Formats: sequence, C-alpha cells, structure tokens
Amino acid sequence: MAAAQKVVCVEIGGIPIALSTCDARFLDLLRQRYDGFLSSSRPEFELQFDLTRTGPASDDDVRVRRDGDEWLIERGDFHARWDPRTGRGSVRQNANPYSLDSVLRILHSLILAQRGGFLLHAASAICDGRAYLFSGVSGAGKTTMTRLAPADITLLTDEISYLRPSAEGYAAFGTPFAGELARAGENCTAPVSALFFLEQGPENRVDELSSAEAVRRLMRNILFFAEDQGLVEKLLATACDFVARVPIRRLTFYPDARVWDQVRKFARNFQEVPQHA
Amino acid sequence: MPENCIYIARSSAIAARALAGEMMVMNSADSTFFTLNEVATAIFQAADGRTPLRDIVRDQVCEQFDVDPDEAHADAEQFVAELSSHGILLVSSQPLSSEAP
Repeated sequence: MAAAQKVVCVEIGGIPIALSTCDARFLDLLRQRYDGFLSSSRPEFELQFDLTRTGPASDDDVRVRRDGDEWLIERGDFHARWDPRTGRGSVRQNANPYSLDSVLRILHSLILAQRGGFLLHAASAICDGRAYLFSGVSGAGKTTMTRLAPADITLLTDEISYLRPSAEGYAAFGTPFAGELARAGENCTAPVSALFFLEQGPENRVDELSSAEAVRRLMRNILFFAEDQGLVEKLLATACDFVARVPIRRLTFYPDARVWDQVRKFARNFQEVPQHA
Repeated sequence: MPENCIYIARSSAIAARALAGEMMVMNSADSTFFTLNEVATAIFQAADGRTPLRDIVRDQVCEQFDVDPDEAHADAEQFVAELSSHGILLVSSQPLSSEAP
C-alpha cells in the first residue's frame, strides 16, 4: 500500500502552492524552511515530491524547457515536470533544501513570467511603507545593504526579490530565499518606490540611468531559465514596462549606515517631484 | 563568401523591443541579451533575408549616419558575424525568408 501523502501549502508572493510528500522528515524540512510562508489558502498549484537518496545540491546548469504541454525542469540534483494547464507537477530530488529552493524559485519564475512579474537578484526592504530594491552582481552589496538597515526597516529578502505588477506600478513581496544573511524575509508586501543598482565607492551618491541602460541591467539580474520564445517575449516586455513605471538609479555607496540616509533623501525628493513632470 | 552576396535575416528565436533609440534583443534559446546602438538597429531592422548586406549598409547606414562606406561595410560584417554566432541573425549567400514574427 502506498504511503499517504502529507501536504503543506507555501504562499510566496501571494501565490499558494501545495507541496506534498510521503516522507515525514521532508515534511518537517518544508515546514521549518518555509516557516512564515505557510498558508491556509486554497492552493493554486501543486507539487508532489518523490525523494531520492540524500546528496548535495548540484552546480550543473539548470535546463527549463517545454516537453509537449508540460515544463521539464532538470538539474543534476532534481528532475521536475509541471503542467501549467492543470497547475500540477512532480519533483524527483534528494532532500537537500537548496534543491528544494531552486525548484520553487524556477516554478515561481515560470508562473510570474506569465503574469507580468519576475524574480530579481536583489535585496529588498520596506522603508516608510514603500519597497526599495537593491540589485547588483555578487559582491556588489546586496547583503551589506540589509545589514546596514536601520531598525525600522522591514527586510523582504537579501537575495531574491519577488515582483508583481499592481494597480500603482509594481509590488515587492518578501521571500524565504536568503543569501549570505541566512535569514528569511518578512512575509509582507509594499508598492515599489525605486530600484537601485549597487556599486561600492568612496561616497554615497545616486545617479540617473538611461532607460536602455536600466533595461540592460535589469535583464542581467532577472532570474529566468526557460527556453521558450513566448515567455522570453513577455519577459522583455515586462522589463521595459518596469523601467517605464519604476524609478531606476545607480546607487554608489560607502558601506556604512549613512547610505540609508541617502535612500530616504531620494525617497523624499522623488515624492515631492511629480514623476512625469 | 564575397560580401556583395551576403543576405541576413532575423532569427525567429529572439525577442526584440526598441527603447529610447536602442534595440533590446534577447535570444530565447540561451537567454543571452544584447542592446544594439542606432547603426546596428538600422541593420537589424533591415535584415529581411532578401536585401543584400551591401545594399542595407549603403541605404540604411551610409545615407542615414554619414559614415565612410568602407568603414561601414567592415563594421557591419563584424556586427553580423557576432550576432550570427549568437543565433540572433541568420546569414546566407542565398536570399532567406525572414523568420522574424
């Protein structure tokens, strides 16, 4: 007789996904890892996990491609299928939590691409009710910005920002996907006020970026893996829309707490000047 | 291959959008991303598979951007070779049907 499937619902970015497994220890891992993002909402999607022997996460490149109506998602440490028509999928992987995170991130990136959103290599935080994003290559200062944040700042993530279109532009959501900080973000959301591309330097300053440069930098930092013409076209359209609706700047910063004064100053000045004056 | 019989066409496996005078091009096969300047954009947009590259350079580049023809041809060939190596442009000695949507 087959063992009974046990289910937890994990809701990231307002998208509840049911994760099911027969393995009690893996279920505990799911509950611990996504504590703060567990939900009683009715799941929109389902993933059933079938565990292989325990092993490390893989450094192989991930492949995400269509196989008929399904998405086939493969890396050395996992093999997943997901049918966007039914919303159901299966994952064969070891019990490594990093493999689990990767599968979930890829699934969210596919769902978001269809809905005009995306995952971005960026730290994000809520300051005075508005979300600020800090993106850049590894070592640019994403985690540093979150470490320097004053106590009244709400951390959404220090690694992977979750963005969806909203009535007034875009909204950022907290994610459990942590970087060097090794701490999940808060499960909350706020309208995006600005995206800063980080560079470290001798002083704090904010500079304009051309629209083309902003799109170029944005595309470089969006998490997207699918080999699919339709989704790529949607993603590029989304990136151009984001650049048109959200202020994007280069933030050169000296790594001390005063950089957050610069962020607040930018926010004050920007709110005082009509965006499309 | 003599340069006067090079034909170029845009691949169907790309997404492209014009923004602020530059063309953003993304290859859906490997997610590589390119931005093209005004001159490159003019060549890219004229890559219909039927017009020889030399005619594109003469009509779209030399006339519009006031550049030396020899230099323009050399730059265009280099640009075409680079984009074709990334699967953005298709190159042939015969006319091609443009794959662009």
